[in-house]
Amino acid sequence: MLQPYASPVERAWYYGMRGLVGLILAFLFLPILVIVPLSFNADSFLMYPMSGFSLRWYEEFATSPAWRQALMNSLIVSPLATLLAMVLGTLASIGLVRAEFPGKALLTAVLISPMVVPVVVIGVAMYIFFAPLGLTGSYTGLVLAHAILGVPFVVTTVTATLQGFDFNLVRAASSLGANPLTTFFRVTLPMVAPGIISGGLFAFATSFDEVVVTLFLASPEQATLPRQMFAGIRENISPTIAAVATILIVLSTLMLMTLEWLRRRAERMRGARS
Amino acid sequence: MSTAVDTSAALPLPAAGDGTPLKKRLRRAERRRNLLFGALILPLALVVLVAFIWPIGSLLTIGVDNPEIHDNLPRTLAVLEDWNGSAPPAETAYRALADELTAAKGSPAIAAIAKRLNRENAGYRSLVMKTARKLPLDAAVPAREALVAIDAQWGELATWQAIHRAGGALTPFYLLASIDRMIDADGNIVVAPEEERIYVDVLLRTFWMSLIVTVCCLVLGFPVAYLMASLSTRHSNMLMIFVLLPFWTSVLVRVAAWIVLLQNEGLVNRLLMWLGLTDSPLQLLFNRFGVYVAMDHILLPFMVLPLYSVMKGISPVYMRAALSLGCPPFRSFWKIYFPQTLPGIGAGGLLVFIMCMGYYITPALLGGPKEQMLSYFIAFYTNQTINWGMAAALSAVLLAATLLLYMVYARYLGPTRVKYMKAR
Repeated sequence: MLQPYASPVERAWYYGMRGLVGLILAFLFLPILVIVPLSFNADSFLMYPMSGFSLRWYEEFATSPAWRQALMNSLIVSPLATLLAMVLGTLASIGLVRAEFPGKALLTAVLISPMVVPVVVIGVAMYIFFAPLGLTGSYTGLVLAHAILGVPFVVTTVTATLQGFDFNLVRAASSLGANPLTTFFRVTLPMVAPGIISGGLFAFATSFDEVVVTLFLASPEQATLPRQMFAGIRENISPTIAAVATILIVLSTLMLMTLEWLRRRAERMRGARS
Repeated sequence: MSTAVDTSAALPLPAAGDGTPLKKRLRRAERRRNLLFGALILPLALVVLVAFIWPIGSLLTIGVDNPEIHDNLPRTLAVLEDWNGSAPPAETAYRALADELTAAKGSPAIAAIAKRLNRENAGYRSLVMKTARKLPLDAAVPAREALVAIDAQWGELATWQAIHRAGGALTPFYLLASIDRMIDADGNIVVAPEEERIYVDVLLRTFWMSLIVTVCCLVLGFPVAYLMASLSTRHSNMLMIFVLLPFWTSVLVRVAAWIVLLQNEGLVNRLLMWLGLTDSPLQLLFNRFGVYVAMDHILLPFMVLPLYSVMKGISPVYMRAALSLGCPPFRSFWKIYFPQTLPGIGAGGLLVFIMCMGYYITPALLGGPKEQMLSYFIAFYTNQTINWGMAAALSAVLLAATLLLYMVYARYLGPTRVKYMKAR
């Protein structure tokens, strides 16, 4: 806080700092907002000034077979990949937190490694490996690849949540006669659900925004939304891209809000316990 | 003691007169628990091993794989095993080669042999293809005579040395090529001819561009994190939204936004012309500038988040102490506060650098030919020219650089912060 008795230098520092940060945040934030109005532009150029208001680019998005197919593909691949990543990742996280065995650190590193290895390398490796197995140009291959890319986010968030989880609650449940399955669904799961959901959100965002591996693995019939956008930006950038971008911005805002809500909820619960 | 409590709940108490000592039963129960929980890891471990680690491992082996001669001319190579290498080999080697080339004729194998030998000496491709056209040989004539009659090069020592050299199961060729080196006829590692030297440049460019992006991210990210750490939680949470929304927005949306802004008739050029800073639109896209701007925009949150979490943990007491002891503000900032942020700078910097090195989308969409980094060439050799050996070797270089930096990051700067990494 700026004190009333602050020296001129302190004042300059105080306002200078805020001005600078404001500019940097504008650099982060404004570019994203700039594209939104253009999606309502009446003519077909992606530039200002706009010639009038129109929803034609949303109509174009909704009716063009290529974009519809891309949306469909994204809505098939991403949820399935997320589900797979969440189930496998959550089980593995419970194992990683509860079991003790030699080489655990190495195994954890291996399970998290898809996050570290450059995506291009992952794409090439999977392409060369999947091709002879008939998994390129198939939904199975794409879902599998996206799930693997999402797994590290689930594993890191869920292990972090589990480390703060009091396993005496599980002991209490079993000592009161609940079987392990009941204990899991009635005690463990509700407590670690926020971690699983935020891990899942990360995994979903990863898959829903994934281009590079998809470029290698997907046939044109499996082009996802980002893949289609990549092609659109590269070939001829039209206001349809702006319309899709706007929809994606709304979606990411929703995901961010969900995550923020989960974080606050977790904070409240921690506060309530201590 | 906690482990004892842990398992006793799941176990019936030792019955009186039961021979097994409690300690042993405890160990057994713990083992069982470990197996049970360990089994939960199994499905994921299997999926990751089979569909991730294995493909990457086999990609890396492609980079040193050398099957063309080894698999297609095994008999010739077997004969050459006992060859002294100082003069062209005996008739048996010629016969074996002629037979094996005849067998390979008309299949993709012959093209593979020709291509591989051509790498030893430009011109061997036509030698092999020409010879293959004239095969099979007349069995009555000695193979040596017949082959030399087709082309005199078969009588030369160098040709056989080339076959012998190319016959190993593994080759360092691609790995050496990825650092602009090659093996000459005498088996020495030498610098590749000037017109073929590109990868060291690409590698240096990748490092250089990543470094610039990292430094820019640090310069932009530091004040943001600093201010956020000094504000109350409510205010810093508000600022955080400005950082997190771009972070969650699709990379392609942001690339499209920068195209809108930076194109010739874009807002940035209009602003510059309106301000009178330039008369004609500047070229801001499809060059370094565009790539730097978009990369910084995409990677800035990865710098701000670790910096913020480190700065949040720095107690303001030290600064106050320095100030109250008469140290000037800037000096106390530099001497007291700044050193405490170094873990955050290290973590954010390495994170941004690592992600930047492997970036493909932004340079591909916003850069010109001179902005393409390693990833571009890896994709190029996989999809366009189908030179998997080269793609694999360049992948190995990129992977090695990434893992090395990542190990530094995980070792010194805490693996917990990896959660900030997001899809590129």
